[in-house]
Amino acid sequence: MSTTLESNVRIQREDFVVTDEIEAIKRASRNIGGIVTFLGTGRELSKGENISQLNFEHYPKMAEKKLEEIRIKAIKDYEIIEMIIIHRIGEIDIGENIVLIVAAGEHRKEAFKACEWAISELKRTTPIWKRETTSTGEVWVQDTP
Amino acid sequence: MIIVKYFASLRSITGKEEEQFNMGTETTLEKLCNELSKTAPKIGEMIREKKVIISVNMDVIQLDAIIKDGDEVALLPPFSGGC
Repeated sequence: MSTTLESNVRIQREDFVVTDEIEAIKRASRNIGGIVTFLGTGRELSKGENISQLNFEHYPKMAEKKLEEIRIKAIKDYEIIEMIIIHRIGEIDIGENIVLIVAAGEHRKEAFKACEWAISELKRTTPIWKRETTSTGEVWVQDTP
Repeated sequence: MIIVKYFASLRSITGKEEEQFNMGTETTLEKLCNELSKTAPKIGEMIREKKVIISVNMDVIQLDAIIKDGDEVALLPPFSGGC
């Protein structure tokens, strides 16, 4: 399946294909020499409890706005060429993709730094919330490392 | 009217996605917080204890901010996006 890149910042229910996003970012410039990806996936254990399902919700428009601010600042401050940020919402099973950040620069160093900064900033500033379903019920996650 | 939106755990507390308050042409967030506390005291307490992030028209603001008629206020619990 091939994905047409509609926007470099997306919040969507459907899954994404990591290699499609890498190919898409390569098309941004022939000067790209290093691409770093961060892929967050649904894990089974959280604080010692078994998770059966995750559910993400967001504040529409504000969340996209924050992701775009992160992308713009990453490009400017870390001098990378392009960045793609995708976060899924809705029900997500264990092992499924949740979030993808792709940072592309001329060299690897700035791409690594930009990618790490972007995921930390996403967690800090973007109005997205995770609800975990365990055997004892559902709980909204309030603090994430 | 001021529209107040509740997300995630705060929606679970209020049982509503949003509600509207008539506060005149201009008010402060603190006054709106007092109004909210009448029906949902726990929410008011969380705002005062800074356990809630507040945005007006999608910009994060402080408790002394002025809110105008037609503004969209959102009460946002701590974020937990990512993985």
